[in-house]
Amino acid sequence: MSKTIDWTAIRADFPILDQEVRGKPLIYFDNAASSQKPRAVIDAVSRYYERDNANVHRGLHELSSRATDAYEGARTKVAAYLGAASAEEIVFTRGTTEGINLVAQTWGAKFVREGDVILLTEMEHHSNLVPWQMLAERTGARLRFVPVTEDGTLALERLGEWLTPEVKIFAFTHISNSLGTINPVADLCRAARAVGAVTLIDAAQSAGHLPVDVREIGCDFLVFSGHKMCAPTGIGALYGRAELLDAMPPWHGGGEMIVSVSYERSTYKKAPYKFEAGTPNIGGAVGLGAAVDYLEAIGRAAIFEHDLALTQHALAGLSALPGVHVQGPRDRRGGLVGFTMDAAHPHDLTTYADQHGLALRGGHHCNQPLMKKLRLPGTTRASFYFYNTTAEVDRMLAILADAVRFFA
Amino acid sequence: MNTELDELYQSVILDHSKRPRNFGEIADGAVQVHGDNPSCGDEIDLSVKFAADGAVEDVKFKGLGCAISQASASLMTMKLKGKSETEAREMLRAFHDLVTSEVADPPRMLGDLRLLAGVRKFPQRVKCAMLGWRAFEQALEQKAGGTVSTEEA
Repeated sequence: MSKTIDWTAIRADFPILDQEVRGKPLIYFDNAASSQKPRAVIDAVSRYYERDNANVHRGLHELSSRATDAYEGARTKVAAYLGAASAEEIVFTRGTTEGINLVAQTWGAKFVREGDVILLTEMEHHSNLVPWQMLAERTGARLRFVPVTEDGTLALERLGEWLTPEVKIFAFTHISNSLGTINPVADLCRAARAVGAVTLIDAAQSAGHLPVDVREIGCDFLVFSGHKMCAPTGIGALYGRAELLDAMPPWHGGGEMIVSVSYERSTYKKAPYKFEAGTPNIGGAVGLGAAVDYLEAIGRAAIFEHDLALTQHALAGLSALPGVHVQGPRDRRGGLVGFTMDAAHPHDLTTYADQHGLALRGGHHCNQPLMKKLRLPGTTRASFYFYNTTAEVDRMLAILADAVRFFA
Repeated sequence: MNTELDELYQSVILDHSKRPRNFGEIADGAVQVHGDNPSCGDEIDLSVKFAADGAVEDVKFKGLGCAISQASASLMTMKLKGKSETEAREMLRAFHDLVTSEVADPPRMLGDLRLLAGVRKFPQRVKCAMLGWRAFEQALEQKAGGTVSTEEA
């Protein structure tokens, strides 16, 4: 490693972690659902509301221009963070779900026809499944799925069976939120390009966890949520290649997205503004910009390495527990572990863990079809971030070992 | 070690979740109800055979889910069998009170079901405890619909 990082000092940046839950020190292992926020982000949002708050793009007064600078500054930061060619390729959204719906309802409405194929994978979160089902229903397009194999990876050696020239768009997750699988996104995009398919990457679990560069990956669209990467809830972004965004019709109509309006018709701004009708989440964007700065200062490669070390430690410990079965692949995986325990249903186990101050997630993780396929009633998931420690993983393993005995 | 957990997962409850009683299906002449908690994936298939006077002649269930939902359903089937409709409805109400509010002296008719009183400390788990009972409530409605009302639901 090139630099030594003081992870203890970094952890101290997160005020929420310093508390007891049910009389025990909080261990927050539900980061795949939502991450905690560092002081730098909380302060940036507070400062914005204390000093600069106004509406953007219209006001001719000082506060409005400060708010506009803050909002557009955040867009520039996100563009750099993702390696986009320009800030115009970044559309602010409420999060991953809204980004996918935006693409399905604008790009999809214009370019997807009856008989076309929308290709997904069997490991998609409901948010990268339901919007496409809705599009298929409206257009008469067909859905097709790249299967998940026994080891929790995609059946890539047979990709050509599903990725055929009828495929209009191939939408897939970067990191599975339940299995932890990291998909080879650059390879998938190359294969999609070869058959003329557009690609969309669900980066909800990856954008804050490992380096993501849209031009290196070669994707057409990429979506993520701010709240999973230290930013506030209700803000996220859609990256779209300029050429595609330009060809897409606007989404919601209203203020902010128009050039001129008469009673009969309107003309629209160019991307990204034509997709941002109404007053945007300016405070959220400011928080996202601060989160990007914060993550960049640590370095995403270092964050990934840290989370991976915790994951490997957890995997080793969990595998040693009697009646505990880890889901997903052994390697090429992100910082989360889904598992089952013979003695206890995921909900009983998460209730048990919660009573010990340990926040886990239990259930189907918005992966109902996948759980059905894997014949699982759900899993219990521990998901890590850079402020978590090996000592916390050890504490979790001890709590789970007690749970095995408790429920036996 | 943790009183609330020990209260929630008493040995009788864990025993019923692992070895559910009246597990199965009544093939003939029974009202069949499917119930689920979509947010957590718990499922139950309940068969209730009612006598002509509305009494619960037999009741069986099949289910998938957490210890609380399965144990509650198992204990419920044991207690409901042989009860008149009035008694069964009373029990449904009493059990709901037991898991949702502080009941100083839970009615004796609930028997071992009283062991589920610990659920009230875990508001997110009330729907688990109630899954089987909601299905039974639906069975009562279906029975009423089938015999009293001639209108389509």
